[in-house]
Amino acid sequence: MTVFDEMIGQQRVVESLREAARGVGMTHAWLFTGPPGSGRSVAAKAFAAALQCAAAEPGCGVCAGCHTVLAGTHADVEFVRPQGLSVGVKEARELVGRAALSPSGRGWQVMVIEDADRLTEGAANVLLKAIEEPAARTVWLLCVPSAEDLVVTIRSRCRVVSLRTPAADDVVAMLQTRDGVDETTAEFAARASAGHVGRARRLATDKAARDRRAAVLRIPSKLSDVGACLDAADALLKSVNAEVAELTTELDEAETASLKEAFGEGGSATGLGRGQSGAAITRGASRAASSALKELEGRQKSRATRTTRDALDRALTDLAGFYRDVLVLQLNAGVDIANTDRATEMQALAENSSPESTLRRLDAILECRVLLDANANPLLTLESLMLRLRDG
Amino acid sequence: MLAPMSTKTKTAAVTVVVGEEELLVERAIAACVAAARAVGGDVRELVATELEPGQLAELTSPSLFGDEPLLVLRDVEQTGKDVADELIAACRAATDAEEARLVLVHRGGARGKALLDAALGVGGRRIDCAKVTKPGERIDFVRAEARAIGATLSDDGARALVDAVGNELRDLAAACAQLGADTDGRIDAAVVARYYRGRAEANGFAVADRAVEGRLGEALEQLRWALAVGTAPVLIASALAQGVRALAKVGSAASRGLRGGDLAREVGLPPWKIDRVKAQLRGWSPAGVAAAVHAAAEADAAVKGGGTDAGYALEKAVLAVVAARDIR
Ligand SMILES: [Zn+2]
Repeated sequence: MTVFDEMIGQQRVVESLREAARGVGMTHAWLFTGPPGSGRSVAAKAFAAALQCAAAEPGCGVCAGCHTVLAGTHADVEFVRPQGLSVGVKEARELVGRAALSPSGRGWQVMVIEDADRLTEGAANVLLKAIEEPAARTVWLLCVPSAEDLVVTIRSRCRVVSLRTPAADDVVAMLQTRDGVDETTAEFAARASAGHVGRARRLATDKAARDRRAAVLRIPSKLSDVGACLDAADALLKSVNAEVAELTTELDEAETASLKEAFGEGGSATGLGRGQSGAAITRGASRAASSALKELEGRQKSRATRTTRDALDRALTDLAGFYRDVLVLQLNAGVDIANTDRATEMQALAENSSPESTLRRLDAILECRVLLDANANPLLTLESLMLRLRDG
Repeated sequence: MLAPMSTKTKTAAVTVVVGEEELLVERAIAACVAAARAVGGDVRELVATELEPGQLAELTSPSLFGDEPLLVLRDVEQTGKDVADELIAACRAATDAEEARLVLVHRGGARGKALLDAALGVGGRRIDCAKVTKPGERIDFVRAEARAIGATLSDDGARALVDAVGNELRDLAAACAQLGADTDGRIDAAVVARYYRGRAEANGFAVADRAVEGRLGEALEQLRWALAVGTAPVLIASALAQGVRALAKVGSAASRGLRGGDLAREVGLPPWKIDRVKAQLRGWSPAGVAAAVHAAAEADAAVKGGGTDAGYALEKAVLAVVAARDIR
């Protein structure tokens, strides 16, 4: 077992990362690119582990270095996973400060930024300076869908690692060996997720995720009239909101509770100063507590927005997959369809509509994503989408 | 006479509704229809220009149970001479009837004046619905509206309301209903000011209403005015979205056969709003509604995005909504 085992279908990339960890072609800034689900952050994490590995063949997966990096507890590896919609200047400055420190161990000070495309322009400029003149033992690992998502000044200073969409067979094998999923489910999940490893794993192991996907794929055959379109939009948004609540509520509550605990008195910000007479200090503490709470709420709200957007994006990806399959059938393209479980409906739609109208539907889904990214009202935007999917 | 909401109609065999003030015309017709239905009468409603010569006799003939129906005819000034003559004869024949027989809707003006005169000549009741054009008449109107819903509207309140809401009687009626419902029933200038200063959306709604009604010039004028007085573009976009979504919701619920209270519950809008949306729905196709909803969604994203010119984005959306009305 090595730390690179998690990288599915990326043999060539694994080879070059191994070499770099041995010191061949090592550099201070790396850019991991690849389509969603190709495993950008998995690759960055594996590389980070290899850089801290004590074994002769870096990335052994069993030494303390590998182990702590994979567990996310290594002192010299910082993982930055933006939870909000963007990473601002203030956070970027903190990272740069951290990056300037010398590593405590013999390896590198590794800074991993997932979704580096969420850096604001200001934040990217702050980072640029640090990347231009890196400390001797600091390495930056940035993850973005494509190199174009990052300002050219940073991009040009990075060595690019391009990940590809893994082949379905690789994903099936991974699901079977790694997650112990049976062959049928593994094949279904690998197909339905079109090479998105994380999505495939989720579909293979989480029944709720499978149910949600099935509900999304039933939408196209339900859009009989305007009212049905409005209902479909409403139902989809409700299901997304329920999913998001499930993902965030518990986390939010735990965070809030631990913050309150940190400020003492089991308590509410207002309760902090109670019973203490005329103490400016407690008043100050109370203010600090309430501003910390406010800041936490802000972060949680930002995270919820992003989680909602991601969940909507998953649903729209599934929906686009449906129409992509319809187009494959219409064009007789000789390509395998991904959603074999909906073949009957797709065949019917393929026969009763033109490829042009399928393309218009795919365009409508794409536009819907753009509008949602621009912060348009989700219900209105989904209603618009359903009405356009109906018209074709 | 300006007919407020609760006009009680005394039974008249022949009623002539004269004028072009749409809200008043619709209310007058609704009152006649309601009165006829209240005593178990049958009502038939159609546009006079669709009448073929000779068809009138058949329409006014008694039903199986011997009751003669109330016939509501719109656009009677547009009829040809043959049908007009038949209508005059029908008015004469109905004069002595105990129940309401005919409601003729006439736009006023010189056209079809002979028919109008003849109907009034045989004792027909006239309900005047002339366009309200003078500020004083609008003030009278809102006072009558307030009375009808049991609210008291002070003189300065009435003036402030007309200034704030504008010239459209539907908007004024809606504003009265809303103020009456949202306050303790005592409405003065201070209440109006408080209500409308904090509710910039009122302007956005005017833009949305004119746009879905296909009145491009007025919609753009309202839009410029709303922007000029500092209404937030986000609120205008949101009002536009509500306007087109209401079309979609009311249209689809009505096509599923929902009526009255069921319809109101299904779409979650107050009855007066539903009546307005139903009127606005004329001329809209499902494909048109789809295009309008999309235009509203684009505008919503554009005004929130900031970067682009919000005024331009809204103007584009208004144009798109008005154009969508013609999509078949
Ligand atoms: Zn190791």
